[in-house]
Amino acid sequence: MSELNRQRLFYTVLAFLAFGSAGKGLLEAGVEGLMFSIFASLTLGGAAVCIWERSVVRSAFALMATFLGVAGFFLILGSDFLAMAQVLIYVGGVLALLLFGVMLTKPDLNERSLPRIGAATALIGGGIAFLVSQMVGVGVKTWAMAETLEEPTTKAHDIGIAFLDPKQYVVAFELAAFLLTVALVAAVYIARRRTEDFTPEEGQV
Amino acid sequence: MPDPESLNPLTIAQWKWLLAVPLIPLAGYVIQIFFGKHLPRKGDWLMTGGMFVVMCITVTMFFVAYGHTSVGVDGHAGSAFFAESVRPGPEGQTFSWDWLYMSRAKDAGLSLPTGLMYDGLGAAMLAVVGIVSFFVHLFSIGYMQGDRRYHIFFANISLFTFAMLGLVLSDNLLFLFIFWELMGLMSYLLIGHFAQDPTSHRIKQAAAACKKAFMTTRVGDTCLLFGMAMLYFLIPEQYNEYVAQGLIEGDTIAGSFRFTDLWSNASAIVEANHGDYPLWLTVAGLFVFGGTVGKSAQVPLHIWLPDAMEGPTPVSAMIHAATMVAAGVFLLGRTFPLMSPEALAVIAAVGAVTALFAATIGCTVYDIKGVLAYSTISQLGFMVASIGCGALGLVAGLFHMVTHAFFKACLFLSAGSVIHGCHHEQDMRKMGGLRKKMPITFACMLICTLAIAGMPLFSGFYSKDRIIAAAFGGMSLKFNGGNFAASVFLPVAACLTTFYMFRLIFMTFFGAPRDHHVDEHAHESPKNMTISLMSLAALGMLGGYVWFLHPLDLMGNHGTWFTRMVDWRTMYPGVDLTETNLKGMVGGLAHRHGTAADDLEHFYHGFNPHYTALIVSIGVLLIGVFVAAQMYLRRKWNPAKVTETLGEAYVWVENKYYVDEVVDASVIKGSKALANGQRWFDENVVDGVVLSVGRIGKGLGFLCAWIDKHIVDGIVNLVGNLTQAFGSAVRLFQTGRIQQYVSFAVAGGILVAAFHLLS
Amino acid sequence: MGIEAYLFVSVALFALGIICIVSRRNILYVLMGIEMILNASSINFAAFNRFNGGGIDGQMFVIFIIILAAAEAAVALAIVLNVFHLFHSVKPSEADLLRE
Repeated sequence: MSELNRQRLFYTVLAFLAFGSAGKGLLEAGVEGLMFSIFASLTLGGAAVCIWERSVVRSAFALMATFLGVAGFFLILGSDFLAMAQVLIYVGGVLALLLFGVMLTKPDLNERSLPRIGAATALIGGGIAFLVSQMVGVGVKTWAMAETLEEPTTKAHDIGIAFLDPKQYVVAFELAAFLLTVALVAAVYIARRRTEDFTPEEGQV
Repeated sequence: MPDPESLNPLTIAQWKWLLAVPLIPLAGYVIQIFFGKHLPRKGDWLMTGGMFVVMCITVTMFFVAYGHTSVGVDGHAGSAFFAESVRPGPEGQTFSWDWLYMSRAKDAGLSLPTGLMYDGLGAAMLAVVGIVSFFVHLFSIGYMQGDRRYHIFFANISLFTFAMLGLVLSDNLLFLFIFWELMGLMSYLLIGHFAQDPTSHRIKQAAAACKKAFMTTRVGDTCLLFGMAMLYFLIPEQYNEYVAQGLIEGDTIAGSFRFTDLWSNASAIVEANHGDYPLWLTVAGLFVFGGTVGKSAQVPLHIWLPDAMEGPTPVSAMIHAATMVAAGVFLLGRTFPLMSPEALAVIAAVGAVTALFAATIGCTVYDIKGVLAYSTISQLGFMVASIGCGALGLVAGLFHMVTHAFFKACLFLSAGSVIHGCHHEQDMRKMGGLRKKMPITFACMLICTLAIAGMPLFSGFYSKDRIIAAAFGGMSLKFNGGNFAASVFLPVAACLTTFYMFRLIFMTFFGAPRDHHVDEHAHESPKNMTISLMSLAALGMLGGYVWFLHPLDLMGNHGTWFTRMVDWRTMYPGVDLTETNLKGMVGGLAHRHGTAADDLEHFYHGFNPHYTALIVSIGVLLIGVFVAAQMYLRRKWNPAKVTETLGEAYVWVENKYYVDEVVDASVIKGSKALANGQRWFDENVVDGVVLSVGRIGKGLGFLCAWIDKHIVDGIVNLVGNLTQAFGSAVRLFQTGRIQQYVSFAVAGGILVAAFHLLS
Repeated sequence: MGIEAYLFVSVALFALGIICIVSRRNILYVLMGIEMILNASSINFAAFNRFNGGGIDGQMFVIFIIILAAAEAAVALAIVLNVFHLFHSVKPSEADLLRE
């Protein structure tokens, strides 16, 4: 099969799956189901395209769809703040960093036109998906889940309070802040150019 | 037995001072690492000043704690000091946080409350760490002058101190472990200090040494992590089972890392089990001890400590005295009630072997820091062996940890002063006659040598004598291999200690100068270095027992400040060691002396191996000094001839019993060979088998197809193909490629998950 | 919509992340795969938070995951640049010094 045809086939299958799930969601759970299906398609479709596409830049933009889809999940799960943070940090920060990475490294021109998803890889992926979903199935039965869902009440305000309450998360919060600082300084340190390192200084014993 | 519920005599303000103790070096580190280069004098005054404040707080708080204690009468325990900030204090408030706070989990009793713990042992240790670190900082100002990474050095050593202070203050095993790991990292950075300096001529050695230290202690850390996991999960399991059976009264418990919970829950289990330790608790105790073996450089993981001398000398002083290696012994002190008599026997044996083993090597080394490094290993062996000898030995071993911190810090700093004065010459054969050129250094070193040798009236005597007494006492309580090894090996090791320390003194400071180049340059060190030396030497002399305050009891028979602060009967609130830990140890006693196990206290009081030990330790001291003087001072016996007489044995010892070579040949080469072997096996055997299985499967498929084409053909072909695919996947093993390792890890995870689902 | 639906999406995203790490020949894809896996776990946390009676714990964990991902992305990118500098390639299979 030619490369073009493979691309066509892949995207056609994806579109079919997306529309199919949207329709199924709408029929089964109304608007909520439709929203869920759309976000699920965004998330998983984005991930699939990210793996499939040959160019890193395209993959990175496909990953953006995944991040936005996850943000959508946060929205329908009632965590507005998380959705906002997800968009800001992942789409605005992590993705931008990845694109910098793409720009600063030379793409490998010898890479095959399309990734070869070998039998072993597919087996591994399918195996995980199957077994973890089985375990989830077992787990969901044993974990007590709420019978009725109340309206989510958490607001960004509550999260701020929880972060700064000395009886709750303040230690973890400060440590996370410290970790971020250290990680950023370390990243700058690792990535710096090190030519000046080997110029000898005076006054050395 | 103190009531565990009223165990927080400290006010909130005092707790805040204690909290400030680790936070000051931490804050100093942050300032120093970012701005140190631009501060005047590269910020050394900031770090040293901060450590001075820390020292003042720790010493003041030590005396606060000391004021809460009282002397016991007639061998009975006095009142102890124990404070835990998680409990409400005199103001009715607690001083604690939740690590990993979760509102729901907290309702279910699953939170990890974290606070400070300040008991007699912690108070002593904290003061020691504060004092020693301050003087090491002060010393470093002179010693590290002109170093290229001067400010980084101060930042790192400050964080190193922070880790140790935090470790001493933490009230749970999890935090102890966090600081423990932090200390491992900092030791890596500090030992490898010169590895980052492109102009250093020992860059390769430093890089190798810090890597070795990190990897070797990692083995022990992994053991500790296993032990922690076992304690966290298995203690509640067994406890709740006993509650269900009615053997323990009260509620069921959840897992906990807090020391007080671990002690009381474990001893409740042991008491419910008629004084016998369950096997898993022995195993868990040995895993925890594995952490000590790594960190405190016991055989066979001692190999990193001699190499750690590649770091700057102040770092060696810190590692060998107050921080790194003391942490392992401190951990034993914190987890002693979890150790079963069997585990203690192993601990005693390992410690005794280490003490003797390192002492023999110490006699053959010519590097001045090398002698001290092996002496540290040997002294650590003393401590560990002593803790393995039971409750009295526990106090003696911890006491030795404290006194050893003082005199070993002083010895290392003196060695640093010698090295500094001799222009970074470390070989003792090139020194000699330095006594007149460096009088202060000589005096300090001599005092501490007498202390480490166990000369009466010097701090080391009071602890080492107690260790040997405890070894003899443990032997007469119950015979086991560990006690036997301790009571035989430790006196010999003590004799060798005296010998190699006086050998060092005689070779370095006495006799005629051997190398004129070195001798011409030799000079006394600057004032801030000698002040540190003299202060630590004073502590090395009086840090164990301030004998001139007790003129009627110069031998310290009625206890020292340490035995008043740390008493095995009261140091673990809610735990009766005679019911649990010691019950197994006194089995032999009851048999021989016709006394009941409860009379242990009586026994220790009545039969005092103290005097035997006194004679033995002074005897070995004299022998060691005599031999050293004959060989190296008066030159009556020629060391070369002695070496010749010893022959092969000397070569073995001089090569450190070939442990490094054995590790290299067995572990490192072995794992490489194993990997290659696996690869060969995969490529030749497994592939062949798998492929032939595939072929057989295929063949079977055709056979079946021939018999029943329409039903099984597809399935069997699939099996054949899958097996072939598996065969080609297996061929990819051992390539060093990260992605494949990920695949294998994931495949393993799938297998585990499948097993979990199917079972 | 029950919690199972969210968990299935999470599982699928996790598996896709693993495939992404394992199959592609550019180290940047390893990073992307890790981000997918972290997002999958975020979905899990948020879903359990919602279906386990509300509250705030799950959301806090998601925030910590996001913080961790940001730190990880920064450090990993620096490492990628260094690997590129060292091996003149972004193939993870080239960086096999571990084999030594």
